[in-house]
Parts: sequence; structure tokens; C-alpha cells
Amino acid sequence: MVSKTDPKTPGRAASRRNFLKTGLLGGAAVAASAGMARAQGGDPLITEIQDWNRYLGDGVDAAPYGAPSEFEAQVVRRNVPWLTADPVSSINFTPLHELDGIITPNGLCFERHHGGVAIINPTEHRLMINGLVDTPLVFTMEDLKRFPRENRVYFLECAANTGMEWKGAQLNGCQFTHGMVHCVVYTGVPLRYLLEEAGVKTAGKWLLAEGADAAAMSRSIPMEKALDDCLVAFKMNGEALRPEQGYPLRLCVPGWEGNMWVKWLRRLEVGDQPWAQREETSKYTDLLADGKARRHTFVMDVKSVITSPSPQAPVTHGKGPLVISGIAWSGSGTIKRVDVTIDGGRNWHEARIDGPSLPKALHRFYLDINWDGSEMLLQSRAIDDQGLVQPTKNELRAARGGNSIYHNNGIQTWHVNTDGVVENVEVS
Amino acid sequence: KSTGAFGLGRVATPDEVTAWDIDIRPDGAGLPVGSGTVTQGEVIFSESCAACHGDFGEGAGRWPVLAGGQDSLLKDRPVKTIGSYWPYLSTVYDYVRRAMPFGDARSLSDDDVYALTAYVLYLNDIVVDEEFELSNENFASIRLPNEANFIADDRLSEPHYAKGLEPCMSDCKPGPVKITARAQVLDVTPEGEGDENS
Repeated sequence: MVSKTDPKTPGRAASRRNFLKTGLLGGAAVAASAGMARAQGGDPLITEIQDWNRYLGDGVDAAPYGAPSEFEAQVVRRNVPWLTADPVSSINFTPLHELDGIITPNGLCFERHHGGVAIINPTEHRLMINGLVDTPLVFTMEDLKRFPRENRVYFLECAANTGMEWKGAQLNGCQFTHGMVHCVVYTGVPLRYLLEEAGVKTAGKWLLAEGADAAAMSRSIPMEKALDDCLVAFKMNGEALRPEQGYPLRLCVPGWEGNMWVKWLRRLEVGDQPWAQREETSKYTDLLADGKARRHTFVMDVKSVITSPSPQAPVTHGKGPLVISGIAWSGSGTIKRVDVTIDGGRNWHEARIDGPSLPKALHRFYLDINWDGSEMLLQSRAIDDQGLVQPTKNELRAARGGNSIYHNNGIQTWHVNTDGVVENVEVS
Repeated sequence: KSTGAFGLGRVATPDEVTAWDIDIRPDGAGLPVGSGTVTQGEVIFSESCAACHGDFGEGAGRWPVLAGGQDSLLKDRPVKTIGSYWPYLSTVYDYVRRAMPFGDARSLSDDDVYALTAYVLYLNDIVVDEEFELSNENFASIRLPNEANFIADDRLSEPHYAKGLEPCMSDCKPGPVKITARAQVLDVTPEGEGDENS
């Protein structure tokens, strides 16, 4: 069987070549090639019989667990090696610029580990509840799967998402500036069922969640939140958690910073005050301009970003209809509105939110425009159901300075030039 | 069996709780009985820690700096260390025992961790006597310099989150918007398909 397609140069590379050609020669090149096709009797992709139309494809036994098309090989997580000392306590990024809708495919959900990916046989996993409880308990995974379950769609955003951009435009692509976020449907047991099973004593006001990995990651969580909407999850998007997402068990802390979503969850301790663990003192505290530092900054603020066009997703088709696509989210609830500007914030247009609008989940928005080929400064501005408006980066800096590291939800600007090339910029 | 509504799970034994419940609180709750001196800590640090953190906690390569940086929190590039930033000594003991050395966690004895904690205090000039011995008895009396500088989350008091704010929709800026910073000037984005710098 002969293939006419070269697997080494799939989709993106091809579109980049087209883009460069279009960029060099402009719309005239497109018109000319279309004209040539007509002169020769039509597009050979139509007038000539293609291999996939003649030869048989793979049988149903070829891929017991399917993978994306080879032409989507560019849709992968990426890391930025210089960000961290080594790749084991590090971060990678969801390819937001290639995705649509609100659900992140499991294999593309960004990863953040502090001691690498723990590999745990679920039959050997245990969850302990101890501390200020009537009865300290141990659960097996089999036990946990006998509790009533809930399915919920939530975003999980790293507190450090967009953190490299506090001092200015640094990384060129929304995968890198905003890709420490993913959104899946979690299946799990409400945390309150487990706590009720152990019996929380009246003095129990805080919960320590701890992982089974080599970092034994641990965070203090107010009991009010633990009893509200937290889940102990074992499935994401219908299948078991991926190892890098905490298989076999993780905590979901909806709307709150990703660090608290303890993976490989092995222990929950009830106490009467927070524990001041490393991840809530040295890390995940937000230094302000006056030398003070905020702690317990749990909620992820109202935020949005345009995912296309963006530096990794340039405009390759020239003037005319253009879909501006993006995501918006808030740790406080649903997104009520997203505004988009194409002139750097002078004038705004209400975008169209399409798809489910669920609390503490990603929302997808679109603004369909007719691009006249002139330069654009694209921004999006989200407003949540609490009335909170996404601030500009300059407003955030005025309030906090440039060294907070975490919780940068400032408005992102993309500069689109006349060739359709897009760059991460900041504007006056 | 539990006494809860579902009767699922079983009672955790005291040995099991002891094995996993190793967290320490700022008030010293959870500390094991034991002790270690600065001098003992220096030996352990040289063998097990200095390759990444430097002989004096100054950090090798991009590995974390453990000492120094006092009075740097107001600077353009703050150096946030145990001495300059961390609020509580309990976190040092807890974290070292829980997660260090990186790649060989839980390999230190309780006394080793006391000695290392004492040595880190010495590196940060919080104790100056090389014979200083840290133990579960005197632990809670040690305070770190930056403890008072942590405040509650008051983000919602920032002006841009003021109640009832109606954002401007048209003619919001007087003239054409200017570009003030560009990512391509830095050119630090990893190369790959779709990266305009590749």
C-alpha cells in the first residue's frame, strides 16, 4: 500500500508552508492557484482517485486504545526547560491553541508534579482519615467505589498559570502563557460522605490533604470548603485518572488553585487550625510590593484568553471571515459575559458563549468577524456571575507589584500583523 | 467497620496512623522526641544536601536557595529563603522529613532532621552558636524573622474588583493603543512546530 502523505510533515507543517506562501505572495497567490486548478480541470484531490478511496484501511483490531490522527502530531503538551531546575518537579502546558469546546482530552491535560509521577497499583492504594474524628478510618479503592457518586465538570488551573508574564510579555503562545489549565468531567465521591463516615468532631475546622508520592504533597483546606463541593475523584472524562493526574485517586477542590487538588491522595487529617505546610508558606503565597505576602489565596480569579488567533495559531487564510475563539473561567461561578476587542481595548464587542455554562468550568466563546487585513490588538475580558470583571495586567501590578508569581488573571493582548502573524505583547 | 451511614472502611490502627501522620504544625504539634546540633547537621548537609543546595545553602544551578536574601523582599528580584521569607520553623522540619533529599525521601532519621534544621538556622544567622542543639523541647521557642509579614487574602478589596463596576465598552482610550512590551524581543519560547521563532 502506497501512501501519498508524508507522516513526517503532518497538518501544522503543511499549513505553515501554505501560510508562508500566502504571507509572501498575498491573496494573489491563492487566487492564482485556484485558477490553475480550474484550467487543468479541477483540484486533483477531487479529480484523481486518492489512496484512501481505493485501498482498505485498518481493521477494528488495529487500535484497542485509539490515538489521535498522525496529522495532529503537533497537538501535544510542551514544557519550558528553563522554568525549573529539573523535569521531575516541574510543569508542562496544555495546547490550548489547538483545542476547542470546553473539555480537555485526558492525554493533553497539563502536568505539575513535585516528585514525579507516582505509579500505584490501585489494589495497593489506601486512603486514611484521621485526626479530630470519632473513628479514624482506612478505605481501599474498592470501598470508595461503593459510595454514591457525582459527575462534575471543573477547570483545574495551576496557581502559577500566567505567572511568567507578571513582569511583561515573555512567552510567545497561549499554550505557554495560559496552558496550566484543563477542564474535564470528574467522577467521584463527595468528600463530605467520607468525612461523615469518620465523624468530624466539633473542633475540626481544617483538613490536611496529603499525597502518596515522593513529595507527599500536602495542603490545608478549610472544613467549610471540604464539606461543600470537594470530590474524591477516580475518573476523568469517563475513564480512570491518568497516572500523571493522580491515579488512582485525587482530590478535586472546585474553583481553587490547582496545587490543592492533591494527587495520589492517601490521607485526610482533620484539625483545628491550618498546618502551614511548605506549599502554603514558601510556595503558593503571593508577595506584594510592600513586602507583605498573602497566604491562603485559594480561589482562582475570573480570567479568559483568546486561543485563536494566537502566536501558535496565526491567521493563514487572509482577509474575510475570521473566527476569534477563546476560553473563560472563574473560580467563583459561571461566566456571564466575555467582551472582545480588536483595537487594544478602545472598543469592545460582546462575544458569544457557546456550549455548556457550568460553574467553575471552562466556557468557550467566539467572536465572528470580517477581517479587513489590518493590524489588530486582540483582547478578551471575562465577567463572572458575581459581577467580577477580569482586570488588566497593569491594574493587577498597581495593586500587587510584579513579584506575586501566582494568580495572574490579567487581560492578555495578542498583536496580529497584516500577514496574520501573532505575537504576545503588552499595550498602553 | 465505620459507624457512618454507609458502614464502609475499617478502623485505622494506631501504628498505621503513626506511620503516615508525620505532619508538624507551627505550634510544634506533631514533633517527634529527638534532637540534633548545628555541627551534626553540617555533616549530614554536606553528604546529603549540598550537591543541590550548595555548601552554605546558596543553591547550585537552579536548585532552591535555602539561606540569605534577608531584606530582599522589597527588591526587584527578591531572594525568598527560609531566613528571609518562611514564616515557621515547623515547615522546615515537616518538609525535610516528608520530601527530602529529593529522590530519597523519608531516608532521614528524626534526629537527622533536627540536626539539619539546626544547621539551616545557623546558615541563616538565626542561631550563631555551632553547639546549638535543636530538640522537640526548645523547637517552638524559635521564631523566623518573616512570620509577621503574612496576611489574609484581601484580593477582593483591590479597586478593579469594586462592586457594580460596569466596564467601558466604547471609546475607552483616547488615542491609538501603543505596544509597550513584546515577547519576541526576549525570544525565550521553546522552539517547535507553530513557534514563529523556529
